[in-house]
This record gives sequence, C-alpha cells and structure tokens, in this order.
Amino acid sequence: MRPPATWLGLLRPGDYAVVAAGIALCVYAGFSLWRGGAPEGLIVRAGGEIFAEADLSRARRIAVPGPLGTTVIEIEPGRARIATDPGPRQYCVRQGWLTRAGAVAICAPNEVSLILTGRGGDFDSLGY
Amino acid sequence: MTRSVIELTPTDTDRRIARHAAAAIALTVAEAVIPLPLPGLKPGLANIITLAVLARWGWREAAWVSLLRVFAASLLLGQFLAPGFFLSLGGALASLGVLAGAMHLPRRWFGPVSQSILAAFAHIGAQLLIARLWLTPHDGVFYLAPILGGAAVVFGLINGFAAAALLREPA
Repeated sequence: MRPPATWLGLLRPGDYAVVAAGIALCVYAGFSLWRGGAPEGLIVRAGGEIFAEADLSRARRIAVPGPLGTTVIEIEPGRARIATDPGPRQYCVRQGWLTRAGAVAICAPNEVSLILTGRGGDFDSLGY
Repeated sequence: MTRSVIELTPTDTDRRIARHAAAAIALTVAEAVIPLPLPGLKPGLANIITLAVLARWGWREAAWVSLLRVFAASLLLGQFLAPGFFLSLGGALASLGVLAGAMHLPRRWFGPVSQSILAAFAHIGAQLLIARLWLTPHDGVFYLAPILGGAAVVFGLINGFAAAALLREPA
C-alpha cells in the first residue's frame, strides 16, 4: 500500500462535520456527566418538618427558630452554611460551607438541619 | 458401509470472505497484545477490514467478515462466551446496524472516515449499554462515556484513514 500524497485528501466535506460532531458529543457528555455533585438547592428542616426550600442563586440569610433559640443559615451562590446556632458544641457551625449535593449539617440540639439537594447525593434519606 | 461424502464447494465469495476475515482476525489478535488503560478502550483495527469490505463488496460480506472475526478471535484469545465476547458481539452488531444506514450517505460528502467514526460510536454505545444492563448495573459506567467517545473519534479517524487509503488500491 502506498501512503497517499496527502492524508487530508482522503477526507470528504461531510467527514469534517462528523469529526466535529463526535468531538462536540464527547465534550457535551463530559460536561454533563462529570459536573455531578454541584448542588442545585437546599432544604432546611426544623423539628423534622421542612421549614424552607431555596435555591443557591443569590446570597441571603434564613433565621430558623428551634427549642433552644434561632439558628441562622447563610446562603451564597453555590454554597450554604450554618452561620450561628445556639447549640452547646457548635458542630454544625464548625462544619463550614457545604458545597456538594447531598452534604448535610445537623444542629441536633436545636433540631435544625440543612441539606444541599441535587443529583448525586451520597445517602438515600435522613430520619430522626 | 457406504461412505457418505459431503462435498462443499466454496464459491469465490466464500474465499473472499475467508481471506478478509483472516486479516481481521490477525489484526484483532495483534492488538490484543496492547495493554488497555481502560476496559473497552482499544483501537479496533479489524474495523479497517470491515470498512474496506463494506465499500467494495457490500454490507452482507462486511457483516460476515465482522461476525466471523468476533467469533474466531474470541476463540483464539480464550474469550469465547466470556463477558468480553458479548461486549464485542454487541458492539459489532450495533456497528453493522449503523453502517447499514451510513453506507447510503452520499458518497460525494461522506467517506470511510465518517462511516468509521459513526460505527465506533455505535460500538461503544452498545458496549456501555450491555455493561450497564448486565455487567455493572450502576450508572457509574456512564462516567466512562466521554473517554470512550474521545477514543471513538480518534481511533475512528485513524481506522477511517487506513480504510480510505486501502480503498485507493485496486481490488
């Protein structure tokens, strides 16, 4: 077999389109499949009941009343955290910013929990 | 005792299919030596033969060559009826299905390179589906899709070039 004078000469116009479409498909698949874990919204529960559901598009604060006092949840685009909590050990506050879908911060003494929703959560359900 | 003699007379077509299948089998066995970085990621050099046969002798012969290759190569590699065999068979059937359509694309615009890439995508698509339904029943296998898709473009392109170069030769 002789090697052709120019390999590109073997390509026909539609072949370029097929190559481009193939690459585009891979890039699209990569972005949509590997972006997993980005949170879409959050759910705040107080005493086991849903207190608030919100998206993570803009910054704001939510005050949640509980048996010990008020837990303050701070939201920023793409992340959320428990800003203050009246609980004695402050575990949920020290957890810091939650950034992944399925991440949970639980202030058990004040019966408040914060969950980020989205595809690819790490657990099935949460009960008290 | 009467000796019963069954005489098979191979036609020219039979000989041609056997010759092409032999070449495809040789390529498959040769590429089995190459270590795979990922399960299912390989060049699929035998498809060069399938594409050339498709262009020159039609879909029926290409299907014969491709499927004979799947069976014979899996026997040679000790993979017959192992999971790899079913992935290979599923991929080959899907590729042939797509090629049955792709061969009717206008020749002026689409050459062997297009057919090669389309067939490669059909191949990995079928393999991912089989893997998802049977071997790894978890959506995690789809995380491989972008990598396998990239390989389909690259190896599809290379195999397509090889087939196009082969087809410049007289039959």
